[in-house]
Amino acid sequence: MTEQHAGHQPTRREVYDRARRRRSITIATISTVVVIGALLVLIPLTPGWEKVQQAFFDGDVFVDTLPILVEAFWVDVKILVWSTPPILIVALLVALARNTRSPALFPLRAFAVVYTDVLRGIPVILLVYLIGFGVPALGLSRTWANPLIWGSVTLVLSYSAYVAEVIRAGIDSVHESQRAGARSLGMTNHQTMQTVILPQAFRRIVPPMMNSFVSLQKDVALVSLIGPVEILRQAGIEKAKYANFTPYVAASLIFLAMTIPCTRLADWALARQRAKTGATAIS
Amino acid sequence: MRTSPALRRLVPAIAIGALVLAACGSDDDASSSSDAPAGTDASGGTGAASGDGDCAATIDDGVLTIATGEPAFYPWVIDDAPESGEGYESAVAFAVAAEMGYDADSVVWVRTTFDEAIQPGAKNFDLNLQQYTITPERQENIDFSLPYYTSNQAIVGLEGSAAEGATTIADLKAVKFGAQAGTTSLAFITDVIQPDQEPFVYDDNVGAKAALDANQIDAAVFDVPTAVYVSEFEIEGSSVIGQFPADAGGTTDSFGIVLEKDSPLTGCVDAAITAITDNGDLDALASEWLSDYESLPVITVD
Amino acid sequence: MTADPKLSLRGIRKSFGDTTVLDGIDLDVAEGDVITLIGASGSGKSTLLRCINLLEPVAEGQVILDGVDIAEPGLDPDPIRRRIGMVFQSFNLFPHMSVIDNVAVGPHKVLGAPKSRARADGLAMLTRLGLADRADAYPDQLSGGQQQRVAIARSLAMNPEVMLLDEITSALDPELVGEVLDVVRGLKEDGMTMLFATHEMTFAREISDRVCFLHQGRILEEGPPAQIFESPNEPRTQAFLQRVIDAGRM
Repeated sequence: MTEQHAGHQPTRREVYDRARRRRSITIATISTVVVIGALLVLIPLTPGWEKVQQAFFDGDVFVDTLPILVEAFWVDVKILVWSTPPILIVALLVALARNTRSPALFPLRAFAVVYTDVLRGIPVILLVYLIGFGVPALGLSRTWANPLIWGSVTLVLSYSAYVAEVIRAGIDSVHESQRAGARSLGMTNHQTMQTVILPQAFRRIVPPMMNSFVSLQKDVALVSLIGPVEILRQAGIEKAKYANFTPYVAASLIFLAMTIPCTRLADWALARQRAKTGATAIS
Repeated sequence: MRTSPALRRLVPAIAIGALVLAACGSDDDASSSSDAPAGTDASGGTGAASGDGDCAATIDDGVLTIATGEPAFYPWVIDDAPESGEGYESAVAFAVAAEMGYDADSVVWVRTTFDEAIQPGAKNFDLNLQQYTITPERQENIDFSLPYYTSNQAIVGLEGSAAEGATTIADLKAVKFGAQAGTTSLAFITDVIQPDQEPFVYDDNVGAKAALDANQIDAAVFDVPTAVYVSEFEIEGSSVIGQFPADAGGTTDSFGIVLEKDSPLTGCVDAAITAITDNGDLDALASEWLSDYESLPVITVD
Repeated sequence: MTADPKLSLRGIRKSFGDTTVLDGIDLDVAEGDVITLIGASGSGKSTLLRCINLLEPVAEGQVILDGVDIAEPGLDPDPIRRRIGMVFQSFNLFPHMSVIDNVAVGPHKVLGAPKSRARADGLAMLTRLGLADRADAYPDQLSGGQQQRVAIARSLAMNPEVMLLDEITSALDPELVGEVLDVVRGLKEDGMTMLFATHEMTFAREISDRVCFLHQGRILEEGPPAQIFESPNEPRTQAFLQRVIDAGRM
């Protein structure tokens, strides 16, 4: 690694890298500008543009519906916030159950397999109706019949099955030699998992977990099928009121306002972790 | 990855080319299926009453395409089989078709969701009957025929719930309501009743009924015939709490047949409905398929 | 031998599927002994070491530590593993923990020492091994020799009674091997009982009390280093040592 200080003569490697980088940036900028410019110029020239713009990108409808959509969005946020910890906990338990090696715990392992197979296989819509309407209809009182409860339960059941498999993949990806190191110190199975395996597993599965999290943020809208008015339902109501699709575009922007910072946060945390513990990257 | 500079300059050119082709290619409008102008003699259909419209201007020549919901509910269609002619809307549809010159064999049934039929745009049906209330907002996107039925809104409530025994709108403030999205029933709840708790909203009446069964709502709002059917046959432990006629501060809904905006058939359909109203056929069908609702309790504004 | 051996192996047998890796091993290790295991790859050296600290379950045979057969099925292996330290060819340090945390985690989590004391003791251990200035670095930031010394520190922090060293220099660049072997020399001087699988013949000769030549899962020949390296009895031992000399490793 070369160090830069005053009066340093650039090496031929540095000169070459600099020139190459400059050229790449120039080409990338020009082609991006050209493509975006073409889109911005050519699309409005299409015959149907005005109709499409009016149906999807109507400024007045956007402004009128935005406040009520943001208000409805809080329902989604609430469901997301109180569903995510149970999903993680249940997923971890199912992943650990699936990974047990002791023969005595076979029923537990079998249960975990059935759990993940069935709950990943059934479409979430069916689960929402089945659990959201079906369970309360068995005779629950008004407070316990609340669709927010059972809609969240459905999301927890469905998503924990997916996340369990991601966690399992993460655990499996930690090399067996790490277990050997931990066990040779006399750590119990539980201590090995907690101190050595799981911390490493979780660091590896941040991208697919983020995937699941973003997916969950949108699937929260399925709770609207059983009554609660959240943002997508509200967008549908506004759509019917104005006979215009712009409310859906507004709702999408609100979603992106949540999902993009989350993914960037995860990326940042990962990068920071890597910088702290890692060796220099190979180029 | 090392791609040659020449290749990288090619990619944006290809993208632009694709866009240009797309822009140029969309000029042909699909020609309408029938080009007989309004007012001339009909070439399809036999001995059609025309009035202002052209009874032959259907999307399929010689055939009248009628749509209803998926599924279609009692008492509007019996057993979800509109081809049978059983159920009020099914029967009315066949009666209107006959007046327009289409016998039962020339009628084809299709299904649409409640929502898609009243959105702007081209339709895959000539006529659609799904208890659509005539509203000015909807009329901006589609054509309505003259009414074929008028109905009040009515509440179906669970016995022992906050809705039981309500006689005025004020009694209903504490009720947890549910209704189908995009309906006048939902608008009635939010605009007229204005309950303390926000109502639950469902994709269709099936959801509202399931919510009643699941004790998640106290009451749902439907049109009167649907409300009577639901409380009598579908939801145990429910009853019609009351109806809201216009003269007691409620609203009266008029159901119209939905057609595509500016459809050439509209005048013809109107003529047909006028005919069966005047000759008493419409009333006879109502007596056959719907009950007498005068006796239902009435909920007043105060 | 006046006292009972610290560690005894009796009739150890182990197979992986159809392959027999250990075919009847008998060995006595007195306290303070340094026993070196030599032999070709696949001769069972690693497996034998892993059987001693129960990382591999023993199919047949006894592992007797201080008079108790620790290989008995149903015995909880964790307390036993605390008494036996192991250092691996691939270091097996925990990459998500700093060096000092790697060393302190055993005493803290397993032996229940308070974290501050575990860290203080760990720092002392690292200082002894010349690694105090790397205490807050992470394993991936260290050279191979440094990582292996940390691994040894981690194992020593548990105050083991016996140490198993499984080809601990095989993954290191030649110039880094020396610093690790220095540490092992120090351990011998402190009187640690060690079993040492290695290809470093010169070092083995210098440090061992006894050398065992393993061939196809059996101890073919056993004896003092001078005898094994200069005048081995078995022709196979001679052939093996000749190969090692030819490869320039002795």
